[in-house]
Amino acid sequence: MTLLQVRDLAVEFSTAEGLVRAVKGVDFDVERGRTLGIVGESGSGKSVTSLAVMGLHRGAEVTGSVDFDGTELIGAPDETVRRLRGRRMAMIFQDALTALHPYFTIGDQIAEAHREHFGSSRRTAWARAVEVLGDVGIPEPARRAGEYPHQFSGGMRQRAMIALALSCEPELIIADEPTTALDVTVQAQVLDLLMKLKEERGLGIIMITHDLGVIARVADDVLVMYGGSAVEQADADALFTAPRHPYTRGLLDSLPRLDAGGAQGEEAALRAIPGSPPSLLSPPAGCAFHPRCPLYAAAPQAACTDARPPLVQVAPSGHRSACVHPEVASPC
Amino acid sequence: MLTDSVLTVRELQMTFPGGREGLRRRPGVKAVDGLSFDVRAGETLGLVGESGCGKSTTGRMLVRLLDPTGGRVEFQGQDITRLGQRELRPLRSRLQIIFQDPFASLNPRQTVQQIIAAPLRAQGVATAEIRREVRDLVRLVGLAPEHLERYPYQFSGGQAQRIGIARALATRPALVVADEPVSALDVSIQAQIVGLLERLQRELGVAYLFIAHDLAVVKHISHRVAVMYLGRIVEIGDKAQVYGDPAHPYTKALLSAVPLPDPAAERARERIVLLGDPPSPANPPSGCTFHPRCPQAQQICRTEAPLLQIAGPGRREVACHFPQNAAH
Repeated sequence: MTLLQVRDLAVEFSTAEGLVRAVKGVDFDVERGRTLGIVGESGSGKSVTSLAVMGLHRGAEVTGSVDFDGTELIGAPDETVRRLRGRRMAMIFQDALTALHPYFTIGDQIAEAHREHFGSSRRTAWARAVEVLGDVGIPEPARRAGEYPHQFSGGMRQRAMIALALSCEPELIIADEPTTALDVTVQAQVLDLLMKLKEERGLGIIMITHDLGVIARVADDVLVMYGGSAVEQADADALFTAPRHPYTRGLLDSLPRLDAGGAQGEEAALRAIPGSPPSLLSPPAGCAFHPRCPLYAAAPQAACTDARPPLVQVAPSGHRSACVHPEVASPC
Repeated sequence: MLTDSVLTVRELQMTFPGGREGLRRRPGVKAVDGLSFDVRAGETLGLVGESGCGKSTTGRMLVRLLDPTGGRVEFQGQDITRLGQRELRPLRSRLQIIFQDPFASLNPRQTVQQIIAAPLRAQGVATAEIRREVRDLVRLVGLAPEHLERYPYQFSGGQAQRIGIARALATRPALVVADEPVSALDVSIQAQIVGLLERLQRELGVAYLFIAHDLAVVKHISHRVAVMYLGRIVEIGDKAQVYGDPAHPYTKALLSAVPLPDPAAERARERIVLLGDPPSPANPPSGCTFHPRCPQAQQICRTEAPLLQIAGPGRREVACHFPQNAAH
């Protein structure tokens, strides 16, 4: 059975300047033992989506359906969500220093989560904390469990937060930019750790990032978000080798690459996407990408501005794209 | 020294004083420990490294926002290491800096017109000429004249960075130090700003010292690249050499750690995973400071710091007892 099934998820905030529709109806599934990558730029709705799944949206209007292993979370009593959160689904944040409490030792924070969800004794919970710290590759876990977050380096803190997430043996982990604040050599270690945990424990992972390299490294399936909507959805190989949505193509074309041309001579010019990501307060009519879209610029269609194009299947194996332009919209 | 060099840096050092511990003072932190390199007229030298390697400290010393504790900086043949603020002022028109956070580096209470005019005013340019220059500059960086009366908060991050670039270029500098100028921007906007910097270099002949942690961006924009580790340059050379055939084990590991946007290549790739974190400059390892993480470390690496020297053909230099490029 699918671990997490999200359907038509929408999140709205009212702000002083007006209604912000941060997520406008997103669908996705996460299977056990697979990683779903959600990629997008700032304001695309990728982080809000993950917070809504975890029931961590403050003051937002959330509609749609989030089904976690048969339990509907939208509209469920707080107690239901609280019992799952941190226990069967856990979250890893970008900044471990703000996610961890500065006044408590790492071991205390992990033990507290274990006691809360399992009612275990102090001694058992502490032993569990030391065990998971060892699992994530922290040397001398028994000693380090007694230290405070500020005594850990950036990479070790990120491992400690992964240990905290793992302590109650979750089935789903949502990682929101977990390596963005880390150096590349340390990022490589943390990504390897997450992939190993996925394989060994059959975890479902949602990896939220702006970095297409990280997506290519860890994701099995990918959802590309723009202006609060999913614009393309495919398995990772199809997305990178045959992107269909003009935004995904634009994003890949605007990336400087370590692995292309250049090393022996001139670099090909980057093909930047003109303009800026849309404002969520006054989004463009129809397809949110149309003001920056090369296909629209070359051949404007009424359908681009009339309504938000739905995600439709464009190739076998479930490759879907939300674009009305015929070369994108027709299945191959 | 190279004849076409616009900037010459020799044995540059920055030691920040240590904090007090009771009556004693802790030893200082060597953030930059003996850097030597040149930037040639009209070229881009990329300076890469991980957090804490001293790359931003270096950039700040070059424009004298920090005073070096040792070594020498020559700009267009003139030693600027010990010049006072008044003597520096005429040089500032030719030596500029762009910062990472476009909003933090623009005065929120000034209009775009006032921001871009400031360096021209400081150089005593006539008011009428300033107006004309500023209009040309906003067009040059891809903004419109109607933006001139607006304030920084009315712009997106990418547009704000364009304003910072216009200000840096207002006095037609020979060298711009760009400290992580695109790392706060979204990918699609980052490409616009990189393209803009490249076009401006072609049109104006300005040289850049491009400081960044993103190896792919540095590869794209640079002619030559210097890799820093813990306050020192471990490898410097033409981009094709450093990226195509890295000689220092740290450069190799760094390049192999960057995830490529290509799932098939990622699966096939051999990765050199370094153990541990970069060490603290407050307490650097003995000998070669990379030795505790180096897969090739030998006895000599623990005791003797390797000097930066020519490795193989070309002018690539590497600080390693056992360089690993193809020529060795």
